[in-house]
Amino acid sequence: MGIQERLIEDVGLRRGVSRLTPEIIEKIVNAVLKGETGARLKTYAETCMRCGLCSEACHYALSHPGDPSYTPAGKVHQTMSVLLDKKGRVDPEAIYGIAQIAYTECNLCRRCVHFCPVGIDTGYIMSTVRRICHKLGVTPQYIQDTSHSHSATVNQMWVKDDEWTDTLMWQEDEARDELPGLRIPLDKEGADIYYSVIAPEPKFRTQLIYQAAAIMHMAGADWTMTSEPGWDNSDMCMFTGDFEMMGRIKRVHFESAQKLKVKRIVMGECGHAFRSIYDMGNRWDAWKMSPIPVIHSIAYFWELMTEGKIKLAKKYPGPVTVHDPCNVVRGRGLHEKLRELVRFLVDGDIIETASNREHNLCCTAGGGVINCGPPFKNVRVAGSKAKADELKATGVKTIVAPCHNCHGGLEDTVHAYKLGMEIKFLGDIIYECMEKPEV
Amino acid sequence: MNAAYEFVTGPLAWLAWGIFLLGSAFRLASMYQLAKAKDAPSLAFMSWSYSLRSIVNWLIPFNALGWRKSPAMTVATFVFHICLLVAPIFLVAHVMLWDQFFGVSYVTIPDSVTDILTLVVIGACLFFAGRRFLQPDVRYLTTGKDWLALVIVLAPFLTGFLAYHQLLDYDLMVILHVVAGEIMLAAIPFTRLSHMVFAVFTRAYMGSEFGGVRHARDW
Ligand code: SF4
Ligand code: SF4
Repeated sequence: MGIQERLIEDVGLRRGVSRLTPEIIEKIVNAVLKGETGARLKTYAETCMRCGLCSEACHYALSHPGDPSYTPAGKVHQTMSVLLDKKGRVDPEAIYGIAQIAYTECNLCRRCVHFCPVGIDTGYIMSTVRRICHKLGVTPQYIQDTSHSHSATVNQMWVKDDEWTDTLMWQEDEARDELPGLRIPLDKEGADIYYSVIAPEPKFRTQLIYQAAAIMHMAGADWTMTSEPGWDNSDMCMFTGDFEMMGRIKRVHFESAQKLKVKRIVMGECGHAFRSIYDMGNRWDAWKMSPIPVIHSIAYFWELMTEGKIKLAKKYPGPVTVHDPCNVVRGRGLHEKLRELVRFLVDGDIIETASNREHNLCCTAGGGVINCGPPFKNVRVAGSKAKADELKATGVKTIVAPCHNCHGGLEDTVHAYKLGMEIKFLGDIIYECMEKPEV
Repeated sequence: MNAAYEFVTGPLAWLAWGIFLLGSAFRLASMYQLAKAKDAPSLAFMSWSYSLRSIVNWLIPFNALGWRKSPAMTVATFVFHICLLVAPIFLVAHVMLWDQFFGVSYVTIPDSVTDILTLVVIGACLFFAGRRFLQPDVRYLTTGKDWLALVIVLAPFLTGFLAYHQLLDYDLMVILHVVAGEIMLAAIPFTRLSHMVFAVFTRAYMGSEFGGVRHARDW
């Protein structure tokens, strides 16, 4: 039982560990513990009563019944507790396992918060373990590549500056066949809305940009996108533990919006990016909240709905189930707005999964886990068995999931457990069902 | 025996209470200093109302998701903590001591009731110990510190029970009981029992984050 029995080969982890010595480890672990953590970590480590109440919380544990090494406190026990107890004096091999747990066996979803009476934030502890691993240079290769891309290009997918504007113009062109007056306004100063996306959208989900433009157009929104770096709100550095880069890319993002003097940022249907702009990145940059109002698509579409700016030509055939993305539900409480919106869009009931709203089960892709790539795909999918069981029990054919990461994870889950369900963004449904003028 | 009794209820009691009160104050003060130095981004979000909201909601049995998912543990935890506080504070013999030393007196509960409360505490300790032995996830997590905390808490109640029923040497039991109680007091600031001092703050922080920033329940 435990991580040593399930180590997975990863080039990034292996190479990182090969460069370590016990002296380097001790020095860096203590530098992070002393320099970057304080009372929060200390009280968590001390007041955890080892009661096991959180075991029932974690989808990894639920999906591996009888194996306590997947429980929240069990993972802390194998990682942070070891580093603290041994005061950083651990050997390089141990770091391999510690990194594998922190990066690939915890989604930082914070469901365990609802189970711990003393209020311990396991997500924070695992994040801090990742921070140490990043400083040690021991990160899974795939996610590290996206982190490098952030450093080099300020976006996650190595999208070049001209490719970005090219993609927008291409989507605008395409969309004008359908909606002749449509524009994707670039760098429009003083616009009401600065629309931001994640780099996978121009890279391989361009239809999402198309759909967003169509919805903005039909709603008559005064909106813009920036042609400069900063357009990507995603943030893998937050998940690798490269907080310096997290801070830098968030600053570029916010400043690109400030430069255009927009009233607020509306972001696409992404969960982790919301965590970065609303919770972690802004704080690293010493902004208590974001320096310019930012709202998630769920909230923006909800506004459009209540203002009567989405006119439906038809409703989407239900019943459906709703998947609550951790970062905007446990992270921002958007679950009721999400349901109001779905009821407006769908003809038929919402069949809830057993764990819903703040108590949702994570898709098992979040927290950068899916970004750790193919070597860890099987573990991830195995960890989502509990989610798959809940989805299956709804008996419906459609999952509404307003988060890119959740989509990626749920697609694998639906496929692996043969659930035969389709997964929809809100934007997919709105675009499909809204009134469009005849051309 | 008399001299020993005098000693444990006199100087040793002062020492134990001193360590408990000053130790707790010291730990709280130094933790607050550390928080100010290192956790400013967390302190910034502390809110009275959301702290209270969280604490109250967690004090209601079966209200939080975690309580609901582990019913036996929930019952044990609540009953244990209530009896643990009520039994020693309102025991006739303890109130008499307060009266004898400081001239303060307050309500008591009948000994027959305290006797049951004591048994409940002992029973709950055995339940916790059983989980640590038998339930795989809890066994996996259990360390020496957790056993120590359990033994420290069990000892005064067990010896108190034995003394009250005069099952073994009464005089010796009373002295052991007093010493065990004093060890428990003195251990609070420096063992796992420190959750008595800190848990309200960890809970409050979680409540503040979830209430003020995340706009979601944390229970
Ligand atoms: S995956 Fe979620 S529930 Fe499991 S330990 Fe991590 S934060 Fe807690
Ligand atoms: S529920 Fe909280 S106190 Fe209990 S083991 Fe889990 S983290 Fe520790």
